[in-house]
Amino acid sequence: MRALGTIDGPKLRENFHTELILETRIHERFKTLRNVGELGLVAYITAGDPSLDATLQFVLSLAEAGADVIELGVPFSDPLADGPTIQRASERALKSGTTLARVLDLVRRIRKSSQVPLVLFSYYNPILQMGLEKFASTAEAAGADGVLATDLTPEESEDYRRILGAHHLDTIFLGAPTSTDERLAKIAACSSGFLYLISRTGVTGAKDSLPDDLPALVRRARAVTQLPLAVGFGISLPVHVSVLGGLADAAVAGSALVSEIEKATKAGVSRSAIDAAVLALTEKVQVLKHAARHGLSRREVAP
Amino acid sequence: MSTILPSPTTAPGRFGPYGGRYVPETLMVPLFELERAYEAAKGDASFQAQFQNLLKNFAGRPTPLQFASRLTERLGGPRIYLKREDLLHTGAHKINNAIGQGLLAVKIGKPRIIAETGAGQHGVATATVAAHLGLECVVYMGTEDMARQALNVARMRMLGSQVVAVDSGSRTLKDAINEAMRDWVTNVRTTHYLLGSVLGAHPYPTMVRDFHSVIGREAREQILAAEKRLPTHLFACVGGGSNSIGLFHQFLCDPDVKLIGIEAGGRGGQLGEHAARLAAHQGFTGARPGVLQGTYTYVLQNEDGQIATTHSISAGLDYPAIGPEHAWLADQHRAEYSAVSDQAALDAARLLSRTEGIIPALESAHAIAGLVERLPKMTKSDLVILNLSGRGDKDMDTYSRLL
Repeated sequence: MRALGTIDGPKLRENFHTELILETRIHERFKTLRNVGELGLVAYITAGDPSLDATLQFVLSLAEAGADVIELGVPFSDPLADGPTIQRASERALKSGTTLARVLDLVRRIRKSSQVPLVLFSYYNPILQMGLEKFASTAEAAGADGVLATDLTPEESEDYRRILGAHHLDTIFLGAPTSTDERLAKIAACSSGFLYLISRTGVTGAKDSLPDDLPALVRRARAVTQLPLAVGFGISLPVHVSVLGGLADAAVAGSALVSEIEKATKAGVSRSAIDAAVLALTEKVQVLKHAARHGLSRREVAP
Repeated sequence: MSTILPSPTTAPGRFGPYGGRYVPETLMVPLFELERAYEAAKGDASFQAQFQNLLKNFAGRPTPLQFASRLTERLGGPRIYLKREDLLHTGAHKINNAIGQGLLAVKIGKPRIIAETGAGQHGVATATVAAHLGLECVVYMGTEDMARQALNVARMRMLGSQVVAVDSGSRTLKDAINEAMRDWVTNVRTTHYLLGSVLGAHPYPTMVRDFHSVIGREAREQILAAEKRLPTHLFACVGGGSNSIGLFHQFLCDPDVKLIGIEAGGRGGQLGEHAARLAAHQGFTGARPGVLQGTYTYVLQNEDGQIATTHSISAGLDYPAIGPEHAWLADQHRAEYSAVSDQAALDAARLLSRTEGIIPALESAHAIAGLVERLPKMTKSDLVILNLSGRGDKDMDTYSRLL
């Protein structure tokens, strides 16, 4: 397919009906990664923790350090799919006055200096209260590429997918170890950009080891979709990323990064604390990205 | 007269636009399995026999429908009957659902049960059933509720359950549900979440309603036997809405029976001061349809979709969302909802104690206060059934402090 767009931004391609449709930055990034046989690194941080200005800096540093996709967490008062680390980050972010509207404005600010693929990671209610149409048009105009709503499954998402799709936003859904093959196919069919596989039954949070049944889950997903597969929940160490290199297309690190921010800003949100957090995030991403580049690569393992 | 049948009009698990399943993907297949198991149990004679046996011989059903003669005389209005769910084992209606779901957990082979609790009545009922059926049980409870319902914490521990203190958010029922959901999503392969109200993702609102519908079935027979006619008004308090829907459901198709749900008005109409989701007509602000903890319904929230904190003197009513079927009944004008203040509930508790010799739970006291406030609109020919959903032992600290 011939790319028609600008060098850095989203590209246009022709679809079957020869309309021009927009390729998201997510699609482009995974295509590049696949071509070089490299595992991608998706970095999650909670927007507004400890402030939106700090998040702007963090995102630019994460991208600079090698993160391939950034997930911006939209804080929610009742984060029932999250473990303690992201719960605390959400509380800090809400306390600093973060709202979905302000996170969308942050996306706009990020886009002034970076073309890193951006996914909004939210619970459904804030999106629903803004209104699907207003949310999707604002997110598109701001330069977001995709959206993942933690507590929204394909069954309840018809309007959501239609409206987000019309605004060229990828809809990313979660696949879980408890999902049957049939459901994985359905979830994949509703997803664009990539499919996010939850490594374990549980909430978000760093863990020491990956579950034994993870390869089986990735294989089951691979059998039903061509979409890139990103694996998250519990990914914190370079060794996790190395192992995933032979299995998936991307690893998602979240709580491990959020806890670096928490540690650096524990004593207060001074200029030097933010700088320390930037440094810690950069180092963490470089280490993980190094593991992604030098661990088993999919190209070596794939038949 | 036209009858509005408040039956689901869209997908299964929907009450009009409300309800549905808004959960992390990990829980979807377990919810489908639960739905199938529940549908099978409905037609399974041996399951139903076990359920009926435990309701009768363990919980103490049927409960009396008592004519409240001195309360009737004191208020000088309609004849008032009390459905005495407070006389059930463990002291509230909650045991009906706990028995039903406990048997279901055994049937689907889940050896571990978790539950959330606000007032502690659902926690005690679950702990009781778990002990009776030999299941492991963990109950999540907000620290604020643990302080105000200390007796129930002791009871759950006596019964061998682990009570986990939840110190996040408003440290009440909503936060206990979040923590129970986190446990469930982690241990879903071995664990059944015994949700205590008509809330959460499908099939819970339907299943919990069905397990409580025995309340209305008995009450209907009993009132027909006693008065040879149907009641004109039903009163019940509404937190999530389980005792009220249990009473209302058998009367939905009787358009002359007014269904009245009483919410917690707390200290006033400002968001954060109350837990009234369907009482905007009385100036209680902040409720809009939204998604919380698995279901689409009226939710107290701010403009950005963040869930509001709530206040009620009653731990069992202190919750920002209402069961989706109630949302639908309200939209259809089939049921009416209004809120009464903390103080009105306290006054009503004293009134019932001194006229009938029954100390009600603070939750049930809201229903009594709702009846008192509605008296000007009622006549002597009206006939009331009020669901006395629980007894007041657990609230004695509050009563002795404030009355």
